[in-house]
Amino acid sequence: MLRAEKLTMTYPGGRTVLAGVDLELDQGRTLAVVGPSGCGKTTLLYMLCGLAAPSAGRVTLDGAPVAAPTPDIAIILQDYGLLPWKTVLDNAALGLTVQGVPRAEREARARAVLAEMGLAGRERDHPARLSGGEQQRVAIARAFTARPKLLLMDEPFSSLDFITREKLQQALLDSWRQRGTPFVLVTHSVEEAVFLGADIAVMGGRPARLARLVPNPGFGEPGHRDAPGFHATARAVRAALAEV
Amino acid sequence: MRAPLRYAAVVALLALGWKALALGPAGDVLPHPEQALAAFARQLGRAEFWGHAGASAARSGAAMILAWAVAFPLGVLMGSLPRLDRALAPFVTLTYPVPKIVLLPVFFLLLGLGEASRVGMIALILAYQILVTTRDGVRAVNPKYLDTIHSLGGTYRHALRHVLLPAALPHGFTALRLGTGVSVAVLFFVESFATQRGLGYFIMDSWGRLDYADMFAGIFGMSALGVALYEGTELLERRACRWRARRGA
Ligand SMILES: Nc1ncnc2c1ncn2[C@@H]1O[C@H](COP(=O)(O)OP(=O)(O)O)[C@@H](O)[C@H]1O
Ligand SMILES: [Mg+2]
Repeated sequence: MLRAEKLTMTYPGGRTVLAGVDLELDQGRTLAVVGPSGCGKTTLLYMLCGLAAPSAGRVTLDGAPVAAPTPDIAIILQDYGLLPWKTVLDNAALGLTVQGVPRAEREARARAVLAEMGLAGRERDHPARLSGGEQQRVAIARAFTARPKLLLMDEPFSSLDFITREKLQQALLDSWRQRGTPFVLVTHSVEEAVFLGADIAVMGGRPARLARLVPNPGFGEPGHRDAPGFHATARAVRAALAEV
Repeated sequence: MRAPLRYAAVVALLALGWKALALGPAGDVLPHPEQALAAFARQLGRAEFWGHAGASAARSGAAMILAWAVAFPLGVLMGSLPRLDRALAPFVTLTYPVPKIVLLPVFFLLLGLGEASRVGMIALILAYQILVTTRDGVRAVNPKYLDTIHSLGGTYRHALRHVLLPAALPHGFTALRLGTGVSVAVLFFVESFATQRGLGYFIMDSWGRLDYADMFAGIFGMSALGVALYEGTELLERRACRWRARRGA
């Protein structure tokens, strides 16, 4: 459904961050992109959702070019991107507000997803009142409220403590199983990539490319994190990271 | 609310210093604080004094509303539309350091000796503060918030409504609050010409009549007006920015 062909990004100033990135994601699948900080992960996601125009190459969703942001693609920005002056409910409903969905409907839909994310009763709070994990749940709720065809996530769990992170990773996986919304998640954590990616793309080089695609047998099965296959895949990803 | 207590402590301290001055070196011109206070209390019972206070309050209130209505939207637009900013910024930069108060005679010439000149003068000075502070505040908005709106398919109109205006409000209100001091100072100045209404006039008139106790009553009145404007704008600021409430607040 999502296809990126030969994506290149040269920033004003002449620095080429990404060159010739190819990527494909099928319906019902997930892809984790792993790479070191500063290698261009955020840049890649911005191009995939139409927030940034690639210098060369193209992105298509179900065959149609993605030239500008569309409600079909939801992105969860690094550090959540919640608006501090809006309540949890208004933040979760923001996509629908922008689309012009009437208040009653958008609030009902946002409430339902917030409840699913364990945030019932927090609708009237402002983000500053929430913990990091709760803020991330609001960001995920906002993405799902708009019922996108595809979800992009930029290091969604990296600023959370270990326990909260594992809980939220599990919650994300549960939501994915339930809804089947495919997602691309970028991260600098190998463990996270192996837990959440049906495939794992390894990013590296200067300018960066997706140098390897590591398959992830056993992905999504209960107990995957503790299975021997998990560690084998993690080893393979680490080796690929060291090479590129 | 501890503000009244804080004010009371400061007032008590000032009164002590004043009393010392009146007992000592400045005894022949300075009324004692209790005499000034008695004069103030007497004036508070007189409709004429309230008329002066009302005129002053109306002038500064009108000037604040006028300055806000023009400068806040303009600041938001300049802060968020680089082309508009490039076109207008030179005017602001060049005129910013000019002391606007020296234009008062020009205002009187162009707008006449009525309220328009007085209110316009105060508003002009306030508007610069609000404009520059709001524009700089909007420029400093975290680009992530704008990315959020754009990623959801929002246009500039959505960005204005959901990001730029709410982010600018605290800056605009802070400028307005800090501007209350200057605006009362300017108020005094513009009320000392060509009018017989307002606390500024009352102070100058009492001074001319060598009625120093009444002069201080006027000074008290003007101080009270300054405090009221400051606290009033702070209240506005806090109401508009309730989302900033910290944990446990
Ligand atoms: N708007 C921009 N203009 C110029 N350089 C940028 C811009 N955004 C990011 N970069 C540079 O591109 C590189 C990749 O950034 P980014 O995509 O944020 O990496 P990552 O998300 O993997 O940490 C960094 O060196 C960064 O400095
Ligand atoms: Mg990044």
